[in-house]
Amino acid sequence: MVRAPFAGMLPTYGRGMRRAPSHGPGPFSPGFWRSPLRGPWFTSVLGVVLLGGITVLFVTGLVSYAAYNPDLSPVNDKTPDKGILGFYLFSWPTNPHWLYRLNQGVHVTLGITLIPVLLAKLWSVVPKLFALPPARSLTHALERISLLLLVGGALFEFVTGVLNVQLDYVFPGSFYPLHFYGAWVFFAAFVAHAALKMPMALRNLRHMRDSREEEKTELVSPNPSPPTVSRRGALGFVGGGSLLLFATTAGQNFDGPLRRTALLAPHGGAEPVSGPAGFQINKTAAYAGIRAVDTSDEAWRLVVEGRDGRTVRLSRADLLQLPLHSAALPIACVEGWSTSDQWWRGVRLRDLAALVGYDTDPPDVFVESLQQRGSFRRAALRANQVADSRSLLALFVNGEDLTPDHGHPARIIVPAAPGVLNTKWVARMTFGDL
Amino acid sequence: MRIPRPVIGSPLQLLLLAASFALAGYAGVRLLDGDWFGVALWFVGAAVLHDLVLLPLYAAADRALVRVTVRRRDWIGYVRVPAALSLLLLLVWFPLIAGRVTDRYRPATGLSPDGFLARWLLVAAVLFGGSALLYVLRLRRAAKERPSAVH
Repeated sequence: MVRAPFAGMLPTYGRGMRRAPSHGPGPFSPGFWRSPLRGPWFTSVLGVVLLGGITVLFVTGLVSYAAYNPDLSPVNDKTPDKGILGFYLFSWPTNPHWLYRLNQGVHVTLGITLIPVLLAKLWSVVPKLFALPPARSLTHALERISLLLLVGGALFEFVTGVLNVQLDYVFPGSFYPLHFYGAWVFFAAFVAHAALKMPMALRNLRHMRDSREEEKTELVSPNPSPPTVSRRGALGFVGGGSLLLFATTAGQNFDGPLRRTALLAPHGGAEPVSGPAGFQINKTAAYAGIRAVDTSDEAWRLVVEGRDGRTVRLSRADLLQLPLHSAALPIACVEGWSTSDQWWRGVRLRDLAALVGYDTDPPDVFVESLQQRGSFRRAALRANQVADSRSLLALFVNGEDLTPDHGHPARIIVPAAPGVLNTKWVARMTFGDL
Repeated sequence: MRIPRPVIGSPLQLLLLAASFALAGYAGVRLLDGDWFGVALWFVGAAVLHDLVLLPLYAAADRALVRVTVRRRDWIGYVRVPAALSLLLLLVWFPLIAGRVTDRYRPATGLSPDGFLARWLLVAAVLFGGSALLYVLRLRRAAKERPSAVH
């Protein structure tokens, strides 16, 4: 949008005037765009919604990255070349225990909910893509290049996110670096765009509560078709689309009947099995290549290593002799689904640390799974996570032995940690500063 | 009439854009590290596909709808809304609905990958059916009000 009506864009239709030289053929002519809905008020409303929504998406995305404790160990970090983009990283807390569940639920559910708003916003400004002349000034030329980063970046982020939560890994590379660095490219253009346009958008909203007062700007069609819906009706339509997506997605963050409301979301519908183990799974034992012969009571031993190379080997029976503790904690996945709190029972991580020489000062721990391949088969937890009395090497869930799909013989469960750091089928734990 | 000449534009905006490009460049170098062509293709291709394919397609579909309903304008919304909402759900959840990820979905989640197409069709049926019901109710209300209005 321009701040004042641009002379070359004023309508010339029906006045017997010569065509203004800046009018190109087809979509390059303002008269080509005939929807009576387009205008500064419509675009400004959608823009303000996206300003708030995308800011939340960006912040929850950064927080999600921090939740992996990427600066603790290379195995936690899928973007080790981040440089200054990791300036804000902090030790991820264990309180409140639903912190990651909330953060990631908001990130993914809000992102999906904003899709209709993004599409409507892009629709509302598409005539500007074809606006002539291509550039009125150096600043204008740069702004249009920046818009490619803005539009391409927004679509890139939404598309990679939406594909990743559906496990459709067709994008060119690993999801983490694409979505993380893509977010920064997009956000750079987004901040510039917001700073350049926000004053005008707010002015539009203040002065044009009633859309009839609208001035003639390049977004307003000079030759509008008869309206089939009001601008308010169209906004309601966009909001209805968002509401429909929200209502059919948000339920994948809750167990029980609410999950069944998530009709099309990847972790909506029914639970995988019934009974105590009937809650959502991130990789089944079969998918992770876990063989029953390796997890049997005879074969499986947990190797715990600690101060000065002190090492113990524990069978599941040995672990059962240690003091067992309980914690009610959720599983929350980066993909934006989570379970309600499950009742875990097992050995506290800090008690395991004490077994190998860290009696009073639990350090970091490096956890390795029986899983042969795939990311996060090895993961690092920070000292504050190990020290939390709810952080367990769980042997039971909801009163029963763990099932193979939930990590039998033993799995990590840590309050507020991302799902993939709650390593399943644990084989080895190395305590010590990382 | 003022003769147009090359202009720089607002210096403040220029600085803002320069800062934006610098940050985008810093992240962009890292984004393109690897399959740079594929990533660039996806980045630019997303914008091109949306602006030059998706948007013209749905705009043309809507124009066609407006054209065929030219005599009965009042029921455009009753077709447009359920159709657009159904297509929106299809667009967002296409990989699951089309069964593109069946082989990975079951072993990864332990859930059945089969219900998505059926559920999408049911949601579409409810949307279109509900819309038809609302239209019938509106017609009946209009029919009831008409005699009294004449009176």
